[in-house]
Amino acid sequence: MIDSRIPDHFEWRFALVALGILLLGVISIYSATHDLDKTGSLPMYGKQMIWILVGMVAFLVAMAIDYHRLASQAYLIYGLTLVMLVLVLFGGRSSRGAQRWFALGPVAFQPSEVAKLVLVIVLAKYFADVQRTGWIQQVIIPGLLTAPGLLLILKQPDLGTAMSFTFIYLAMVLMGGFHAKTLGMAILFTAMLFPFIWELFWTSLHDYQRERILTFWDPTLDPAGKGYHTLQSQIAIGSGGLWGKGLDEATQSRLRFLPEGHTDFIFAVFAEHWGFIGVAVLFALFAVLIFLIAEIAFKAKDGMGLLLAGGILAMLGFCLIVNVGMTMGVFPIVGIPLPLMSYGGTTTVTTMAALGLLLNVKRRRLTLFY
Amino acid sequence: MSNVSVQPDDFKKLQRRLLYLRLGLLVGIFLIFSRLGYLQVIKGSYYRDLSEQNRVRTLNIRPARGLIFDRQGELLANNVPSFNLYMTLEDIRDREALAAGLEHLIGLPSDETKKRLARQARSYLPVLLKTGLTLREAALIEGHRLDLPGLRIQAESQRSYVNGPLAGHLLGYVGEVSAEQQDEPAFAGLVQGSFVGKTGVEKTFDQVIRGKPGQKTVEVDARGTERKTLSVQEQTSGDDLYLSIDVPMQRMAENLLGNESGAVVAIDPNNGDVLVMASRPTFDPNVLSHGITGAVWEQIANDIRHPLTNRAIQGQYPPGSTFKIMVASAALESERWSPETRVHCAGAYPFGNHVFRDWKKGGHGSMDLEQAIVNSCDVYFYVLGNRIGVDAIAVAAHQYGLGEPTGVELQGERPGTVPSTEWKRKVRKEAWYPGETISVAIGQGYVTVTPLQMAAAMGAVANGGTLYRPRLVRAIRERSTGQLRDIPPVERGEVPMRENSFAILQNALQGVVTHGTGGRAKSKFVDIAGKTGTAQTVGARPNFEKGQDIPKQFRDHAWFVAFAPVLNPRVAIAVIVENTGHGGTFAAPIAKALIEEYLKEHDRQPDS
Repeated sequence: MIDSRIPDHFEWRFALVALGILLLGVISIYSATHDLDKTGSLPMYGKQMIWILVGMVAFLVAMAIDYHRLASQAYLIYGLTLVMLVLVLFGGRSSRGAQRWFALGPVAFQPSEVAKLVLVIVLAKYFADVQRTGWIQQVIIPGLLTAPGLLLILKQPDLGTAMSFTFIYLAMVLMGGFHAKTLGMAILFTAMLFPFIWELFWTSLHDYQRERILTFWDPTLDPAGKGYHTLQSQIAIGSGGLWGKGLDEATQSRLRFLPEGHTDFIFAVFAEHWGFIGVAVLFALFAVLIFLIAEIAFKAKDGMGLLLAGGILAMLGFCLIVNVGMTMGVFPIVGIPLPLMSYGGTTTVTTMAALGLLLNVKRRRLTLFY
Repeated sequence: MSNVSVQPDDFKKLQRRLLYLRLGLLVGIFLIFSRLGYLQVIKGSYYRDLSEQNRVRTLNIRPARGLIFDRQGELLANNVPSFNLYMTLEDIRDREALAAGLEHLIGLPSDETKKRLARQARSYLPVLLKTGLTLREAALIEGHRLDLPGLRIQAESQRSYVNGPLAGHLLGYVGEVSAEQQDEPAFAGLVQGSFVGKTGVEKTFDQVIRGKPGQKTVEVDARGTERKTLSVQEQTSGDDLYLSIDVPMQRMAENLLGNESGAVVAIDPNNGDVLVMASRPTFDPNVLSHGITGAVWEQIANDIRHPLTNRAIQGQYPPGSTFKIMVASAALESERWSPETRVHCAGAYPFGNHVFRDWKKGGHGSMDLEQAIVNSCDVYFYVLGNRIGVDAIAVAAHQYGLGEPTGVELQGERPGTVPSTEWKRKVRKEAWYPGETISVAIGQGYVTVTPLQMAAAMGAVANGGTLYRPRLVRAIRERSTGQLRDIPPVERGEVPMRENSFAILQNALQGVVTHGTGGRAKSKFVDIAGKTGTAQTVGARPNFEKGQDIPKQFRDHAWFVAFAPVLNPRVAIAVIVENTGHGGTFAAPIAKALIEEYLKEHDRQPDS
């Protein structure tokens, strides 16, 4: 029913869109950091290119191994991930008060980034195994599966990843057994857990994180203080205008008014340099990517493949919306990277591995017909 | 794969749910994208402006104030380069940390810093925190600038008074324009942080010498560090002032006063030039101009000797016997008295149920007007005052410019008091008692004068009746053209007395020095005419009204007023030394020394 020559073409489209976004990311990292102190051996954009190369390996590996084999080991992988999340609380490197990283030589590894993808795999496996019925099977048990990872991430504390975790859970429950009652139960369950999670979360937050959330509502109240990041980011985006300001005129990023320009706020850097025209191109690329992922999910040959692809779709879509939303001041500032663009080894490699998994799902679909 | 447990029927459902997820994400992305269009396309220029405000900062370049010279062209005030510490509110993340850091680094009290920060309203204007940083302090701050964003050190010209406290009251000091000052028309439109004169000629002539600030626009980064200069508009220096003051004489006057409280004013009777205006205790205007701390300010402001008070124009003292000059003038023009009128002085004058005493216990015997002036006979003047009445005395005193400000180019000048029946009715809401006239006749009671008023009045006595407005600034040199613009002397008024009457008065005043109470002012080089005075500070006399000016100390103030040479006078002088007793003893030698010095220095032939 499907011409076997099409897939090759199709895969390349997918890869080209992803590479295009990665390239825009590298350019933006260059824009954000090119006049930083060049004390380090390798500039940021160079490091990111190395991460992309590593990510390509991860991509190919993720594509090659049958995702059913991966699914069969899902609980074990999740268990190992939880162990890493425990270890990072003790042995991790601390940065701005959060225990998020393992230092591996010159490289920092962030287990919580990997945990998001692992959660997708384990929940997909759970819902794909047998038909889940009733709210205990559809809501509570996946909730209990999600909880340990979520709590460990909140303990770091890493608000952004915790939110991604919750969203992945909700999206998987939605797909795994969507009807009104179940969704109602899922929301109720989340709401019941909320006070406990909030308590744990709020007390484990650092002052800077609390202030960020409190002043999210009105960043103009204290422009030089806590609302500073939001306001400067908004200015960067807005001042890009229709055509953008170009490398030299992009004063918000060049003169460091924009904090974290190469990581969480890379979108603001991009928007300042390239303007609305550039943003439109970037969004078109992301929209095509989302369509392609949805297509893969839709055409998956089995539940596991569909849930896996759907989960990755939810994960990437959520990160995209929340990250761009926070740079515009629509969401509070939580540490969520922009997929494929923000600087960072773990996030880049994990996202590319996720893309590899998607092609994996697509390939297995086609093998049925060979 | 055979182990797929999800059935085809359910698989269709799964696919349908997936579409909801995709739809949800695309709606979310569309909303975000719309918002981006709003921010970038519709509000683009607004945010563009905000980003420009972020990056472009306009700095004022402080203008160099005009220089101040004395009458011989000796430099009194100039400008020296100084490292000044500024801070921009916009760039500060943590005020507490900044204040604590500055206290730690350069010992600037942290509550002082916080107070300064709180006063600044506009966040992008730099606030001056400290002037005159040492190289060490500047280096310390530069070394910590990453920890303390928002600080900048700027090399600027700073006021310097080359002689330190010399003529401090007269010169005044400078400081940042205050909010209250900005309400005054002369200081309107000045940017916050501008340096202006706070007192003295620095304040009166501020518009002349302040210059025009320049502007520099720079690009700054998020830490407030300058990256590049976008445009510069140079400052314009202020015009220079040439004062009437004679520095060597001023210095001598201040040295002669020493640690006593008091004042010396010398003027040129021919044009009103103020040659000396000394007030003790004094202060160093350098200290006050360079941003002193609150504690130092408190210490100066609360000093019971009031070093900030310019006694020459703000000290209102009873004139004592020096007032007899005005009373005698009134008598010379009165129908009721003549210079030959004689009074027998037995050392006391009973009036009503009280006895007014003469300063000389046994009395002076029979005296005419000239002898009464020479010997400062109180009884003669009691009788005289009682005869002509307080209002005639008041008219004469006003003609000499007493009871009103002289109009010298300084702010805060006090008028003194010349009492009259009308004055008492208006001010005190009481009728005049005849007994009060007796006190007024010897310069006690309600009468008060400032040393400058007395010096100006002596100028009028010396030159035969022309009352000049004291002049502090003789000329202004315009920086733009280099031209010297003279400021002409101003005649305030004329003492309408016959020439003969002046001759009698001048003769009597010369007698005071040659064979009267002012013998200690007698000079080998020059004929000096003068009058001693003792300003009583406490009611030792009967009928002494508890007036408005009873000082706390109990000893009297010593006065001496004089002019010289008697023929063709060149200098008129008033000296008051607080709490030192009789005028002839302490004040007269000061006047004499200054007169001799002035006339010698200016190569005038001593009168033979």
